[in-house]
Amino acid sequence: MTNLTLSQVTKTFDQTRALDGVGFTVASGERVALLGHNGAGKSTLMKIILGLIPFDSGTVTVMGDAPGSHAARRQVAYLPENVAFHPALTGLEQIRYYLRLRGENPGAAMGLLERVGLSDAAKRRIGTYSKGMRQRVGLAQALIGNPRLLVLDEPTSGLDPVSRREFYAMLDELATEGAAILLSSHALTEVEARTDRIVILSKGVMVANDTLAALRRQAALPTHLQVIARPGAADAVAAQLHGARMNGVMVNLTCAHDEKLARLGQVTALGAMIEDVEVIPPSLEDIYSHFSLQADGRAIR
Amino acid sequence: MTRIFASAGAEFRIALRNRWVTIAVTMMALFSIVLSAAGSAPTGVLGADKLSVTVASLTSLAVYLVPLLALLMSFDAVAGEVERGTLPLVLTYPVSRAELLLGKFVAHLMILGLAVAVGYGIAAAAAITIDPHASAGIPALIRLFWTSLLLGAAFIAIGYALSAIARRPGAAAGLAIGLWLAMIVLYDLGLLAAVVADSGGYFTIHVFPWMLIANPADAFRLYNLAASEATAAAAGIGGAASTIPAAHALASIILWPLVGLVLATLAFRKVTP
Repeated sequence: MTNLTLSQVTKTFDQTRALDGVGFTVASGERVALLGHNGAGKSTLMKIILGLIPFDSGTVTVMGDAPGSHAARRQVAYLPENVAFHPALTGLEQIRYYLRLRGENPGAAMGLLERVGLSDAAKRRIGTYSKGMRQRVGLAQALIGNPRLLVLDEPTSGLDPVSRREFYAMLDELATEGAAILLSSHALTEVEARTDRIVILSKGVMVANDTLAALRRQAALPTHLQVIARPGAADAVAAQLHGARMNGVMVNLTCAHDEKLARLGQVTALGAMIEDVEVIPPSLEDIYSHFSLQADGRAIR
Repeated sequence: MTRIFASAGAEFRIALRNRWVTIAVTMMALFSIVLSAAGSAPTGVLGADKLSVTVASLTSLAVYLVPLLALLMSFDAVAGEVERGTLPLVLTYPVSRAELLLGKFVAHLMILGLAVAVGYGIAAAAAITIDPHASAGIPALIRLFWTSLLLGAAFIAIGYALSAIARRPGAAAGLAIGLWLAMIVLYDLGLLAAVVADSGGYFTIHVFPWMLIANPADAFRLYNLAASEATAAAAGIGGAASTIPAAHALASIILWPLVGLVLATLAFRKVTP
């Protein structure tokens, strides 16, 4: 089942095209990461999905309904970027309020705060909370009810590495229960193992929408081999492998993904001259820049 | 309904923490005490009981203080949420903007009701202690209480509309003070000047009464004075009160909160988070 469908969504602010023909889907149980630079249109797209701002053309359906309709809002949870609450309320009061707005039992508030590790601070005012703690209140409210679609705008900002891990574990649970999850992030490294699919926005244009493995193949970025030669053998190794000698012992090789094994064969053939070899696949940041820069080229044209 | 009460509950708690409840109640109580002390001199010439006289004084006080309190509580309602960044999240909840405003409205009206009840209660207690016949003025006091709530409701709702139009707390506060000055102080002065200049012409007879009714604060004063002859005599503007049917003034103070809420909801709908 498709919980979120976007097709040809276009949005223009004054003269700037914030979103240009964006279309993708998020199915039940699927975790999709939305990546892009600042100003790529991530938050704008999320606000459109939530019905907070109108869009110019295209279609958006949330659980079969129009975005922002009462029926859609009942089934969607949102965590805004830099989530804010009234500083005079305690975490517990704030969550009780949100529970009542969703027609749920306010007695569930403490359980939710326990789930995000805030039970000790539950009765303190939010004004005294750190950014990470406010983020946890934001997560707690996003867990209210049984949301079928979670829209999370940079959900892990302000969280320490341990909390991030716990947070992604929580997302896994929700996805297993059938929720569709759309989360934005700056860093591909963070979402790589945690999401099923990656959508990259660049200047409002969707430049990628696939699994990480498929994106890696499409980008076809070169793999680097770092060969460490035995002392004194570096020049000979560099000459035989047609590589560039970096320092006394290291030789750098670059090859396409499918040439990697052949290249490694050549390295091992040198036998005793080789101390060690490292295979360095294109980093996630390389893949991300590859797609982002592609869009820049298109924008210039 | 649950959603309105949920947001009213949260709003009341915030007002309690921000000392707004204390400030409102203290303000009304202090002014009532000062007023009772000042008015404790014998008033036998008027032939009215002590409480009726107190009600007349309270009416003049309420015209200034109730709209001021109402605007002070309401100017931040939308602009404050915009500034704190709390609006986008709550608007993704299955709750309409009208329900959110009504929730705040219920909470703010309750606080105002509490403040007015304490203030009038003190003044009434003082009057009854001095004059044993003062209980004759109780109906007038009750009328003053509920009309004060309507007056406050009108200005709370208008405050929300200003807050949504301004979108920034600073600008909203400026608009609120400006509105208070214009509607409570300058409006009457302007009318007075016009009536003097007109000296009993068309304006004074046909336009002036309607302009008085159009302002909820003047309608409030007229209704309370018209409904009680004794207080009208005490206040000394029985002339103006007698030309306007009390029902018209009452209609004005009932309509204003409704008009205000509609305006506020329309303005709030235009706010994009």
